[in-house]
Amino acid sequence: MNFVTTLRVALRALRTNLLRSILTMLGIIIGVGAVIAMIAVGAGAQERVADQIRGLGSNLIIVMSGNLTSGGVRMGGGSGWTLTEDDAAALAAEIPGVVAAPMLRGGAQIVFGNANWSTTVYGTKQDYLDARGWALTVGRSFETAEMTSASKVALIGDTVARQLFADANPVGQTIRIKKVPFEVIGLLEKKGQSMAGQDQDDLILIPISTARKRVLGSGNQAKQRAVGSLVVSVADGFDAAVAQQQMGELLRQRHRLGNTQEDDFSIRNLSEVLQAQEASSRAMSLLLAAIASVSLLVGGIGIMNIMLVSVTERTREIGLRMAVGARPRAILNQFLIEAMVVALVGGLIGIAVGVIASYTIAAIAGWRVALSPTTIALAAGFAALVGIFFGYYPARKASRLLPIEALRYE
Amino acid sequence: MRKALIETEGLSKTYVMGEEVVRALRDLTVTICEGECVAVMGPSGSGKSTFMNLVGCLDRASAGHYRLHGEPVSEMDADDLAAARNRMIGFVFQNFNLLPRTSATENVELPLMYAGVPPKERRERALAALAQVGLASRADHWPTQLSGGQQQRVAIARAIVNRPRLILADEPTGALDTRTSLEIMALFQSLNAKGMAVVLVTHESDVATFASRLLLFRDGRLVGDQPQTPRDAAAEIAAFDARAAA
Repeated sequence: MNFVTTLRVALRALRTNLLRSILTMLGIIIGVGAVIAMIAVGAGAQERVADQIRGLGSNLIIVMSGNLTSGGVRMGGGSGWTLTEDDAAALAAEIPGVVAAPMLRGGAQIVFGNANWSTTVYGTKQDYLDARGWALTVGRSFETAEMTSASKVALIGDTVARQLFADANPVGQTIRIKKVPFEVIGLLEKKGQSMAGQDQDDLILIPISTARKRVLGSGNQAKQRAVGSLVVSVADGFDAAVAQQQMGELLRQRHRLGNTQEDDFSIRNLSEVLQAQEASSRAMSLLLAAIASVSLLVGGIGIMNIMLVSVTERTREIGLRMAVGARPRAILNQFLIEAMVVALVGGLIGIAVGVIASYTIAAIAGWRVALSPTTIALAAGFAALVGIFFGYYPARKASRLLPIEALRYE
Repeated sequence: MRKALIETEGLSKTYVMGEEVVRALRDLTVTICEGECVAVMGPSGSGKSTFMNLVGCLDRASAGHYRLHGEPVSEMDADDLAAARNRMIGFVFQNFNLLPRTSATENVELPLMYAGVPPKERRERALAALAQVGLASRADHWPTQLSGGQQQRVAIARAIVNRPRLILADEPTGALDTRTSLEIMALFQSLNAKGMAVVLVTHESDVATFASRLLLFRDGRLVGDQPQTPRDAAAEIAAFDARAAA
C-alpha cells in the first residue's frame, strides 16, 4: 500500500471524527504557538540588550583618573587628575585597534532665548564620537582647526535640543554655556537610556581646548593637559581584555610608576555589565522556551491519549483490515500517519497562532519580539517529532492486534 | 480428482485460559479441493470457529500442518499470512463488518488497496464485483443506507473482488430473514459454480443443506464428513415466492 493511499485513509479517519481531531490538534496548536511566541519574546529581549551594547560603542572602556596616595593616605578614584590628553594620544598610537578620547566633564546652565536647561558639558575631541560609535542626526562634527583654536562650537544631545529648541533645527543657532556664546554645529543621534537608567542624550560636547579655557576651567585644570577620564573603544576583531591589559601597562610606564606603586588610574569595561545582562536574558528566554515546550509535551500526550481511544474504538475495523490482507506494517503506518497529520496540521496552525501572538504581545505590551525562520522551522519539526513519538505507541498497539481477537472485539 | 486447496494434517489448537487448558481443535486431518462447496456444522464450542480461523490464516495452529493451495501456512510469519489472506481468501462475516461512513465501492476496494492495485483499476474492479452481486446501482451508498441483505452482498463483493480461490463464510445468513438468506445462498452457489471453493460455517442445518459436502464437529474433533446432494437456492426462492403469493 503506497503512501498516498495510506494518507487518504488517515485523512478520512480524521474527518470522520472531526471535532475530536480538532480538539486534539488544539493541544499542538497551543504548544507550538506558545513555543514560537515565547522564543520570539526571549529573542526580542536579547536583541534589545545586544542593541544597548552596540549603542554604548563596541567594547567601551573608561579610564578614570585617581587613586592618589598622599602621605600614606589613599584618596580613592577621581581624587586627582592624573591622566592627560597625551595619554589618550599615546594609547591610540601604540595599542592596535584602540580609539581613545580625553574627557573633561562639568555641569553648566545652558540658555537659548528665554529657554534654559541644566546639563552636563563634556570637553573632548572628535575621537569621542568614534569611540562611542555615535552619529549625528544633522550638522557636522568638530574640525581639527576648531580644536587647536578653541572655537566656541557645540554638539548637543537630543534631550538638550528638545528642551531648548523643541522641534526646531538647532544647527546654526547660538546658545550660551555659562554665559559664553557657542554655535551649535550638530545634533547627536538619540541613544535613549543607559542600563543604569541615565538619560544618555542629556549632554553637550565642546572641544576640550575650549572647555579648558572658557567653560570648565578652574584651579584644578592649572595642569594644562590633565583630564578626568579617557573614553576608549577597542575595535571589533581585537581582544578587549588584551587591549585593557596593554593600556594598563602603557599608562603605568608613562606615569613612571615603580613596581611597588599602585595604579594612579582605574580601568573599567562597561560592556562587561551588559554582557552579564545579555547572559541573563538568554537564560530567561531559554526558560520561557522550556516552559512553552511543556505545553507542547502536554499536547503530544493528548495525541497519544486520543489515538489510544481511537485504536480501541476501531479494533473491529483493524481486525477487518487485517482479514482482507493488511500487513501489520500497513496498520502501523495508517495510525502513525494519522497522528502525524494531527501534529503537522496543528503545528502549521500553531505557527500562525504563534506569529500572531508575537505581534500582539509586541503591540500591546510594547515589548520587542524577534521571529526567525529558524525558530519557526524548529517548532514545525518539533511538532512532527511529537506526532511520531506519541503516535508510535498507539500505532504499534494497533498493528500488534491479533486478527481474530480484533474481529471479535465488542 | 480435483486439485487439493486445503490440506490439514494433525491440526490442533490449544488455548490456555488461566488454569484451564482448552483444546479447541484436536488432531484434524481433512482435505478440501478447489471448487468444492462445504458446510461446517457443530454446536457452539465444537471447534468449527477455530477451524475457520486456522483455515482462514487468521490464527496459528498449536500443532500440525496446514497447506493452502500447496503453500505451508504453518510456517508463515504475520506478513505472509496477511498476503495469503489477501490473495487467496475472501471473508464473509455474520455481522457484515463493513466500514461505517464509507461507500459500498470503497468498502469493496479495501482488499485491492492492500494488494497495491492502482486507484483507477481498483474502482473499476470494485464496481464490477458490485455488479456481480447485483448492487451496481448502490455503489455510492453508505452501509447505513443499505438493507441487511444488501450489506451482506457488499461484503460478498468485497470477498470476491481480489478473485480468491476460497470464500470463507461465518454464519453469513445469521442476521438475515428467510428470503434474504435464500438470496445470499443462491449467490454463493453461483460463485461456486464459477469455480470458487466455498466453506460455510453455520449452526443452522437448513443453511448446511445448500452445500455438497458436510463436515460435522463436536468437542474439537471432526466427527462426520459426508457428501450430500445440495438444494438449489434459486429454486427455493421461486418456491418461497409462490408460497407467499398463495
